[in-house]
Amino acid sequence: MLSSILIYGLINSVILALTAIGFSLTFGISGVANFAYGGFYILSGFLVWMLLHYLKFPFLLAIVVTVGAVGLLGFITYWVILSRVRGIALSEVIATFALGVGILELFRYLGFVTYEFTLPYLKKGTIFLAGVPIDYQRLFIIGIGLALVLFLYFFTHHTRIGLSFRGIAQNERTAISLGIRSDRTAALSLAFGCAMGALAAILILPLGIISINTGYEVLLIAVAVGIVGGLESVSGILIASLILGYTQVFTGTYLKPEWMMVVYLAAIVLVLTIKPSGLFGKFKELEERV
Amino acid sequence: MKFRKERLDRGIKARCEDIFALSSYREILYLLLPRVLPVVLLLVFPLLKDIVGLYWEKVLVITCAIALLSLSWDWMASVGLISLGQALFFGVGAYVTGSLNYAFKWSPLLTIPLGTLGGALICTLLLIPVLRLRGVYFAIVTLTLPLLLMRFIETTKILGGTEGLSALTPLPNLWVELYIPVFALLLCLFGFRRLISEDYGLVLQGIRDNDRAVMSGAINIYWFKTEAVFLAALVGSFPGAFMTHYYQFVGMPAFALDYSILPLTASVLGGVGTFAGPTIGAFILVPLSEVLRAFGTLRVVFYSAILIICIVGLPEGVFHFIRRKYHQFERMVEVG
Amino acid sequence: MNETILKVERLNKNFGGVSAIVNVSFEVKKGELLGIIGPNGSGKTTLVNLLTGFVKPDSGRVFYQGIDITGKKPYKIAEMGIARTFQMVKPFYQLSAFKNLIIPLYSSRVRRLRGGMYGDRDDVAIDLLEDVGFERDSFVPYKVASSLPHGYLKRLELARCLALRPELLILDELFSGMSMSEVASTLPIIERLNGEGLTIIMVEHRLKELFRLAHRVIALNFGSKIADGLPGEIMDNEGVKAAYLGSEEEEEDA
Repeated sequence: MLSSILIYGLINSVILALTAIGFSLTFGISGVANFAYGGFYILSGFLVWMLLHYLKFPFLLAIVVTVGAVGLLGFITYWVILSRVRGIALSEVIATFALGVGILELFRYLGFVTYEFTLPYLKKGTIFLAGVPIDYQRLFIIGIGLALVLFLYFFTHHTRIGLSFRGIAQNERTAISLGIRSDRTAALSLAFGCAMGALAAILILPLGIISINTGYEVLLIAVAVGIVGGLESVSGILIASLILGYTQVFTGTYLKPEWMMVVYLAAIVLVLTIKPSGLFGKFKELEERV
Repeated sequence: MKFRKERLDRGIKARCEDIFALSSYREILYLLLPRVLPVVLLLVFPLLKDIVGLYWEKVLVITCAIALLSLSWDWMASVGLISLGQALFFGVGAYVTGSLNYAFKWSPLLTIPLGTLGGALICTLLLIPVLRLRGVYFAIVTLTLPLLLMRFIETTKILGGTEGLSALTPLPNLWVELYIPVFALLLCLFGFRRLISEDYGLVLQGIRDNDRAVMSGAINIYWFKTEAVFLAALVGSFPGAFMTHYYQFVGMPAFALDYSILPLTASVLGGVGTFAGPTIGAFILVPLSEVLRAFGTLRVVFYSAILIICIVGLPEGVFHFIRRKYHQFERMVEVG
Repeated sequence: MNETILKVERLNKNFGGVSAIVNVSFEVKKGELLGIIGPNGSGKTTLVNLLTGFVKPDSGRVFYQGIDITGKKPYKIAEMGIARTFQMVKPFYQLSAFKNLIIPLYSSRVRRLRGGMYGDRDDVAIDLLEDVGFERDSFVPYKVASSLPHGYLKRLELARCLALRPELLILDELFSGMSMSEVASTLPIIERLNGEGLTIIMVEHRLKELFRLAHRVIALNFGSKIADGLPGEIMDNEGVKAAYLGSEEEEEDA
C-alpha cells in the first residue's frame, strides 16, 4: 500500500535523522570526534532503565536526569581525554572509539544482555492515519525528531553558541582570535551531542530491546547519514535520512528485508565515488583544502 | 642546589658509530643483540614445545597472527590511514580461503596463498573509494565494513551463514603450524622496516604529513595509497587465511571486534610507526589476554582502557621507551 | 620568446557567494617572466590554485603547451612540467632539508627526464640545495626543516620545484617573509633560471624587485584583470594605483 510505505518511510527516516543528529553536531558541525557516541547512546538507555528499576524514579524524572547526566559525561570526557589530544585528529578518533567500545563491552560483561532490558513507551496507544496504524511513540519520534532538526538549524545559524560551534570547526585560530574559547566550546559541543544522543535513545529504544550491538549500529547510521548528506550540513542530515530511510523501506518491502543493511554500504560507496563531500557538503576534497 | 635531568648517549653507543662498531665483540654484541635475540627466541620457541606445552605454542600462533595484523595496521598508519577495522582483512582472507577449501577441497598450500591474494584484492577494491578523503573518514569506513559484512553474512546466510563452514582441511603437521606464522612475521617485520627507510617509505610518510606538498611534487598520492592498502591487506589477510586452516573453521567470528581492537591497541602501546613496537605490543597483549580469558568480554574493556591511557599518556609507545633506555642513560646534574 | 606556453581563457571561480576570480584571461609566452600583482584578496593565490589544479574553476579553460589542463589533478599538472610554491610554505617539517627533496625526485617525471635510475637521490638533493644558495658543506642541508628559519624554508620550496625540472615555474609570494639580504641573494637565482629558458610566473607584493625582473605584469583587483602590460605601464596605470592606495597597501617594503 502506497500510504503505508510513505508513512513507514517517514518514520524510518526520522529515526535515522534523530539517531544521527547528536553525532553530526559534534563531529560534523564542530569538528570534534565523538566515536564514543554509540556507547553513550546505549549508556543512556541503560541509565534510564536502572533509574526506573533500581531507584524507582518516575519516568519523566528519569529522562531529565539521564539526558543531563549523559551531557555532563560528554563534557567531562572532553576535558579528561580529548583536550589532551586535541588537534591530532586520529588520536581523537582512536581515543573516543576506545571509550565507546569500553562502555559497550563493559555492559555486555555486566550481563545487560537479556530481554528484560526494555524502556517504556512515553504513551501507549495507536492512531490511524490514512488507514495505517501508528503508535504514539512513533508519532512522538516524528514530532520531536523534526523539531530537533529545526532546532539544530536555528541553533547553529542564529545563536552565539551555535555559531561558535561552527567557528571552531572551520578555522580554530580565527575563532580563538575572535574570543571564542575553543576548548570550552568543543566541550559544550560534545556535551550537547551526547545529550541529543541520549534523547534519541530514550525515544527510539522503546521500539525494541536495548541491545548492545545497537551501539555499533548507531555509529554506522550516524556516519552513513553524515557522509551521504554532507557532515557539516543540517539540511544534509534531513535529506540523507529521507533518502536512506525510504530506500530501506522500499528494499524491505519489495526485496528481502536482510538487504536493508546493505543500503548503508551502497549509499556510502556511491556518494564517495560521485560526490565525496556529500549531497549538501561544502568541505572540499583533498585538493581544494587551500 | 638545583638539579635537572640530563640524558646522554651511552658510551658504547658512541663507540658504535660507523666502522668502529667492529672494533670489539662488545660493540658488535650491542648492535646485534636487540635485533638477533628476538629472532632467535621466536625461532627456538616452537622447538621447546615439550617443555612449555602445546597450549603456549598455540598462543604463539595466535600472537603471530595478531602481530601480523598489527604490522598491517602500522603500515597503513605510516601513510596516514588509520584503520579501526583490521578485522576486515582478517575476515575476508579467512572467508576466501575457507570457501575455496569447502567448495573445491583444494589443499591449504593452494587456498592460503589464494585466500591472501584474493582477500587483499577484495579489501583494496572496497577501500579505494574512501582513499580520496581525509584520514578520519577512512577510519570511519573501516570501522563499519566488518560490521556490515558480518551482518550481510548473517542475514543472507551465504557462506555458511551463522554456522560458518566447518570440517575444513587441517594443516599438514605441527611444525608447519608453528613455523609458518613465525617466518611470515619475521619476513613482514624486517621487510616493512626496510621498506619504510627507503625512498619509497619517505614518500609514504610525506603523504601522511603533507599530502599537498607531495602532490605538487608530481606524485599520484592516490596510487601510492592504493599500493599501501594492498600491501597492508596482503599482510592482514594472510593470518585470516592461515587461521582458517588452523582452526579448520571459518565463520562470522572472523570479523570479530577483537581482530580490530587488538592490533590497534598493540600498535599504540608499542609505538606507532616503528613496526617493532606493534610486534612487541602484540607479544605483550595476546599472552596477557590469554591469562585474562576467564574474564570474558572484560578483556575488551581492558584493551580500551589501555588504548586510552596510551593515547593520552604515552603516545610514543613502549618501543621508543625501551630504545631510549637502551641507548641513553640519565643522571641528575647540578644547575647554576 | 614567441611560442605561447600557457593560455588562460575566461576563468571564473566563486566560493560560496564570493567571486574570487572573474573572467580572467591572459597568455604567457615561453621564456617570459610574468608578474602578477594586486592587493590582498584580489584573487592571486586562487588564480595560482586554479592553474595548478588545486581548485577547479567554475568555468573557463587553461591550456598548457596546447593541451587542455582545466580540472586536471595537481599531480598530473606537476607531472606535465608546472611547478609551484605555496604562499604558506609546506615543507616536510620532520625531515631534514635535503630529504625534503627526495620526494619530488621520486616522481615518475624526474625518473623519465633523467633517463631511469641515475644513482643516489641524496646527492642530487644536495646539488639542488646548492643551486638555491645553500652551500654544500654547510650544516643547513642536514638540519631538520622545522628548525630552519622562514627564509630558508622559502628557498627550500624553490628547490623542491626545481627538483621537478619544470618548464613553467609559478612562485606564489616567494619573497614574502624574506629579509632584504635574502631577497638580494635570491633575485639573481630567479634571473638565472629565467635566462636559461625557464618560464616563470611570479605573484608578488614586493613590486620594486618584481618590476626589475618581469617582462610583463598583470594586475588583479577583486578577481578581475585590470591591467596587462610592461612594468613601466603598470606603474603609471591609474586603476592599479587606485586599487593599491585605496586599500591602504604599502607599495614598497622598507
